[in-house]
Amino acid sequence: MKAIFQAVLIVVVFVGSQSGLAKEVYDFSNEAERERFHRFTYELRCPKCQSQNLAGSDSQISQDLKRELHRLIIDGKTDDEILDFMVTRYGDFVLYRPQFQSNTLLLWLGPLALILIGLGVFGWILFRKMSAQSTEE
Amino acid sequence: MKRLKLFIPLIIFVLLAILFTLGLGIDPHKMPSALVGRPVPNFSLSTVQDTTRIVDQEQLKGHGFALINIWATWCGPCRQEHPFLVKLANNGFPIFGVNAKDELELAQQWLKERGDPYKFSAFDPEGRLGLDLGVYGYPETFLINSEGQVLHRFAGVLTEKVWQRDFIPLINP
Repeated sequence: MKAIFQAVLIVVVFVGSQSGLAKEVYDFSNEAERERFHRFTYELRCPKCQSQNLAGSDSQISQDLKRELHRLIIDGKTDDEILDFMVTRYGDFVLYRPQFQSNTLLLWLGPLALILIGLGVFGWILFRKMSAQSTEE
Repeated sequence: MKRLKLFIPLIIFVLLAILFTLGLGIDPHKMPSALVGRPVPNFSLSTVQDTTRIVDQEQLKGHGFALINIWATWCGPCRQEHPFLVKLANNGFPIFGVNAKDELELAQQWLKERGDPYKFSAFDPEGRLGLDLGVYGYPETFLINSEGQVLHRFAGVLTEKVWQRDFIPLINP
């Protein structure tokens, strides 16, 4: 009895997982194109579901954008042209890796500035400790 | 000086608290449209009302302030929004529709049953114009001026409240 139950369970789980895999399939003429497609679906953000990329989202807009991305790649558009296409329609928002421009300066250089400040403070404390020690001697 | 140093964590805490409180007030779903200040993208589509009529971006110009409303019969919130659009149109405000990813008969029936607020409603079964407009959900409404330039974009159900808050100040500054 238990064995039968297990067998049924395995079949159910297997069939269930298969239907979950039934996603839209995109054809590419070569591996490089497929590679680019996947890279873009990871780097482009779904405008509707704000914490997901296109690869991770099955919302309508993500499906549309993936179809569009597929079309652009098949048409032989360059990376810059594809990014430009997305940004003119959905704004800088769609880029998970923002471009280096005036309004993203803080974003890009902020961490570097913080590290420099940290090193500065560290250096200053070290310097004071050392000079305090040398005066003691 | 030594005393003062003791207050540094408190000062940092207060600054962060202010920062986070301000951050709480930001609506993360409010996305600036990349289109604001730019002309409506080019298109050439037939209309729901008359399938033999081809319309393009030029037909949106010269009507003063006007709305472009993206809708579909499969979109629940559009149902909710429709009466307000009809009301606006009855008051003489020009509204252009973009019927997206829909079926023609369903769209025609919708307008017959609920009234047709649109000067024309472009029929866009593939959703291409919606994509070019940067639409990410339905319904969405754009305010344009006489030159066909986008002034404002609103995502969601257009209501009297939203109209008064977001659109009226742009139309009658």
